[in-house]
Parts: sequence; C-alpha cells; structure tokens
Amino acid sequence: MKYLSEFRSPEIVAALLKEIRETVKGQWQIMEVCGGQTHSLVKNGILNMLPSNIQMVHGPGCPVCVTPVNLIDKAVHLAVEHKVILCSYGDMIRVPGSGMSLLEAKSKGADVRILYSPLEALKIANENPDREVVFFAVGFETTAPANALSVIQAKQSGIKNYSILTSHVLVPPAIAAIMADPECKVDAFLGAGHVCAIMGMSEYYPIVEKYKIPIVITGFEPVDLLEGILMAVKQLEKGKYLLENQYSRIVEAAGNTSALKAIDEIFEVTDREWRGIGEISSSGYGVKDAYSAFDAMKKFKFDMIESHEDASCRSGDIMKGKIKPDQCPNFGIKCTPVQPLGAPMVSSEGACAAYYYFNRLLVEETLL
Amino acid sequence: MLMMLACPLPKLDFDTINLGHGSGGTLTSQLLDAGVFKILENDLLNKKHDGAIFNINGKVAMSTDTYVVSPIFFEGGNIGDLAVNGTVNDLAMCGAAAKYLTLSFVLEEGLKMTEFWEVLNSIRAACDAAGVQIITGDTKVVEKGKGDKIFINTTGIGLVHPEAAIDTDHIKPGDKIILSGPLARHGITIMSHRQGLGFESTISSDTRALNKVVLSLLDEFGKNIHFLRDPTRGGLATVLNEIAIGARAGIDISQKNICIEEDVSGACEMLGLDPLYVANEGLFVAVVDASVAEAFLYRLQDWEHGEMAAIIGEITNDHPRQVVMRSLIGGRRVVNMLPGEQLPRIC
Repeated sequence: MKYLSEFRSPEIVAALLKEIRETVKGQWQIMEVCGGQTHSLVKNGILNMLPSNIQMVHGPGCPVCVTPVNLIDKAVHLAVEHKVILCSYGDMIRVPGSGMSLLEAKSKGADVRILYSPLEALKIANENPDREVVFFAVGFETTAPANALSVIQAKQSGIKNYSILTSHVLVPPAIAAIMADPECKVDAFLGAGHVCAIMGMSEYYPIVEKYKIPIVITGFEPVDLLEGILMAVKQLEKGKYLLENQYSRIVEAAGNTSALKAIDEIFEVTDREWRGIGEISSSGYGVKDAYSAFDAMKKFKFDMIESHEDASCRSGDIMKGKIKPDQCPNFGIKCTPVQPLGAPMVSSEGACAAYYYFNRLLVEETLL
Repeated sequence: MLMMLACPLPKLDFDTINLGHGSGGTLTSQLLDAGVFKILENDLLNKKHDGAIFNINGKVAMSTDTYVVSPIFFEGGNIGDLAVNGTVNDLAMCGAAAKYLTLSFVLEEGLKMTEFWEVLNSIRAACDAAGVQIITGDTKVVEKGKGDKIFINTTGIGLVHPEAAIDTDHIKPGDKIILSGPLARHGITIMSHRQGLGFESTISSDTRALNKVVLSLLDEFGKNIHFLRDPTRGGLATVLNEIAIGARAGIDISQKNICIEEDVSGACEMLGLDPLYVANEGLFVAVVDASVAEAFLYRLQDWEHGEMAAIIGEITNDHPRQVVMRSLIGGRRVVNMLPGEQLPRIC
C-alpha cells in the first residue's frame, strides 16, 4: 500500500527510536491532542517502545468523548419523541446519555442509522420527504466541512426535512484551556494533523508564544508519531518553543481554502460545553442564523428532563492529561466498555477504551 | 448461475412468496414440489415425511446455526451457500465430516421467486461441493416487514474422525497457531454491499466448505491437531481470545504473519475497521503440536485455498487468558474482545 507502508516501516521506526533515545536527557510529558493519535500509539505498541523519561499523555481530541451528555440526550429525544430518522457516525451510538444511548433507543424502535457521511443523510432526507432527518454533526474541525456542505446542498436542492444537531468543537481553545490550568504538567503538544489539514497552522502561533510551549503538527502512522515526538524532544532539550509541521505531506500553512469557505458559510464560533471538562469560551461551532431552518436546535422543541452523568467518572482529568486511564480507580472495575461510566471508555478513539483493549496487560506487567 | 441453467424456475401461478406458501395447504405443496424437493432431491428427502429416518454408526457431532445475512446476495455467494457451508464448517471444527443437514426457511412475504430459486440452487451446489444431503426441513412465511427477505436455519450431523481429539484441554504451551488464509474478506464484502456506504469494491466473500481439507489434515496429523475453530463473527481476535480463555493459556501472535490482501486492507482503512475483528466464512485456525507445525503448514499450503496459510503465533505460559500481538513495527499490545459489533470511527 504505497504511501502507507513506508510510514509503518519497522526499520524507519527502529532508527527513529534510536535517535529519540540518543536525544532525550530530561523528563518530558508530551500530549498528543487527537484520539486517532492515541489509538495509533497504543495499537502499534509505541507507548511501550519509548524511553521511560518520555511520558505520553492523552488529550481531549476524541470528539465522541467531549460531546456533552445533554446533546446525546437531545439526539435520543429527537429519535424517540420526535420520531426523526436520526443519522450518526458509528462510534457515537454507544455513548451513554443520562437515560439511554442511541443504540438503546434503536433497540426500542427508534430509527437510528449509522452513516459515514452527512451527504448520505441528505440522500435519505430526499428519499423520505414525509420524515424529518437529523444528522448528529459531531467532530472537530475535521468533520465540519462535510457537515457544512450537507446544509449548503440541502438549501440548494430545496430539501426542507433535513437538519443537523451540531456538537462541533475546536482544538486551539482546548489546548489553551489545558495550558491555562495551573496543574497542567504538559511540556509539549503533538498537534492533530487532520485538523490542521483543514484549518492551516496560523491559529497555533499565538499559543506557542503565549505558553512558551512546543507544538508539532503530527500525522497518525507510527513513523509520523515518532518523528513528531523526536521533533518535540529536540526542541525541549534545546529549550526552544516553536510551531513545527511534521505532517507536511498533508498540511499546508493556509489550510484547505474551499473547506474553510464552506465552514464560514454555515458556522460561527460559539461557546461550547466539553464533556468532562466544562464550558470553554469560543471553543465550538454553531449554525449561523441565516441557516437556522437547518439547525435541529432551533427546529425542534426539546421538552426533556435535565441531563446528568456519573460524578465518579474521571474522564475530565484524563483528557486534561492529569491522570492516565489506568490511574483512574474505576478503570476496568466499575468502568468497562460493556458498562461505561463515561464516553472515553466507549469510543474507539477514547483513551480509556484504547488502554482497555490494547494496553491492559502491559499496564500490569512490563513485557519488554 | 450454472446451477440456474441446470434447474430453471418453472412456470408458476405466482412470482412472489405470499403468506399462503407457509400455510401448509396447497400453495405450500406447490412451492415444495415445484422447488425445494426437486432441487434438493435425494432418497431420504424424497420420502417427504415429517422427519428423516437413517442409520449412523460411530461417534457423532451435531451443530446448528441460523443465517440472517443482509444483503442475501453478495460477491462470492449468497445466504444459501453460506447456510450450508457454515454448518458444515462448524462440524469440521469438531473434527467431524458433515453427512446430513436439516434446512428451515423463514421467508418474508413478497420475496421474489427468482431470488428464492437462486438461493435454492446455491444450496444444492454447496451441498454437492461439501458432499452432504438435506434430509428434512421446514418453510414458514412471515408478513412483509416482519422478516428480511429470507432467514435460514441449518442443523447438521456428522461422523467424528476416529483420530480427532479437538478440545481446549489438549492445548499446551509451545503449540503453534496456524491461520488457513487471508483475513476479513467476508465481512468487508458484506459491509461494502450495505446501503448507504458509498463504497464499492471487487472483494468477494471467502464462503466455502472446509470439511474436506480438515478431514484430510486429520487423516495425516490426527491427535497432533489440538484445536480447530473458524473465525466467523467477531473475527480472528475473538476466536483467539476464546482459545486463550478456554485453554487457560496465553497466546502470542505476530502481526506480520497474518495475511490480509491489499484490497481488503485498504477497505478496512477506509471504513475504520480492524481486520482482526471482521468476519470470515472460509477460514480456520488450527492449534497444533509444535512437532508437526511445519508439516501441517506445508500440507495446508497445498490446498487450493491454502496458499497464504501461515503460522501466526503460539501458545505460551506467559500472560494466561490474554492474546498479545507483536505489531508490524515491533511493539507489543493486547488483542482484546470487543463488547459488541465493531463500529466505524468518526475520523
């Protein structure tokens, strides 16, 4: 598989690991922001290959994990009470709400469909003119262009029975919120490559300057991640703080202008609540007033009881890098993928699920 | 399609299944006489009795399974041959040569006769290929909307090979784990067919009967084959975990020895699925004594579908009840069971 296999090469990985070992002198905590990166680190066994003085801590970049429980309750409410066709990305449907998950709603007869793209939801709306179709538009900046495009196309095609339930969150405010926490111990960040492929790099310069912290925009394959870690370690050892781009084969400084145009047409920056973390100002997207006919929040009435979640879940501390999943007292005991307390144990990009599936034994005993 | 030519759809008064076809009355008889009995005929079935009466001598294995795959037609097969091969393979994994099958249909009102015909012909072809007979069965029809075109149950009975000793209790540290071919073809074929995926491919299901190759391996390696299992639902990862738990032993596997064809691997990347958890319908995992592992592999690679068979790992005293994989880049990680169906990721 050209363009993938070279980024999974055992020889290049070994060479990078050697260079990391030779470079690192201090004790460093590096946070990978994106859940896809966490997943790749754990799934490829990279966490156990790094020298022990480099600790990877896992950031809030799992869109499923940070979607507030109130929005999941709203999605369930739309599917159960308003009887809409509720379309969602796959790993959203098992996340627990206050009452039930979308999967449970589906088993009770709600019309919940798993899709890969909001454009498929638009097609369903077109084919079912007598039903309301809602797409649960979850994600970081990465999924925003496709969600925006679905609204633009719905308007152009005169499709009136389509809307999106938006839960878009943004990476730079989340990094700033983590850094602003006085207990933060993060020394450097690996930025989320796919997010920067859309947004470009400019948003990160002020963060680097303000918090004097290295940020390396990094991809998702083993070679990408190790290169990103090496670049961060080199900066840390020299006492530098720069914005660097490891993922230059995908990320351009200006981002993707046509994607940005679609986002700008539909969305505006708003305050957002992050599950486990709380409200962060100017940290998400909401649908602009001009498109409120396609905004499920405005289109439907949400007559429902107040949302609540299990107070013993430590997912907020995990996503801020304060503890690792296996340091949570509930991990694997009160909280498992079958009976999760919080979203990071359910989503395939969640740090808790990654540890549970791929790293549990390595937590108990060292194999290498 | 060849079988369609061999037994074309006769002229009937109906072109879709209706509730009357499951009533037990004239319509049921018409459907059975014109179709089921004619296509599947053999001496025992031809008696058209409520059950089949036969002699079978020796140690017997029995297995049952229900098939609800959607779509019912897919690249490389359909629900009919899947229902035959699946039960034949479950018996083969017990070390048994399938001999007779029962066949029960739950048909949804409105199913096209042409589709039913194609499924029946595939069932016959699969029976012939595996050397088994359908000897009794049942047909029910449910109202439209209460089924999904066609559900099939098959129950099979087969004679256990005299040298077979397939049991997790026989698994011991040092045993080698052999996978008979490339992973994840069936599951990816079905996924790529499902509506709304916007994804097309030429990947075809690996559905096939495994009884002949397994029985011939038992002829040669007998009790040195300690365990057999076909990694269907839940895929290879689930089967290996079941083996580790059943044998109370650890399993070490190496990712670089697990064969995944390039197109399947690409589809898994696109769909955000881990091929270790994707279903297969024509594969088996064998746990064999280390002393015969190379010879077993050599024989398996001689089989027409065994070219890509490989030793993928071994049983170990370390980390009991857990499966640990050495990744392509040399890291190690646990391969765990999933709580439910694998769900595609957001990005």
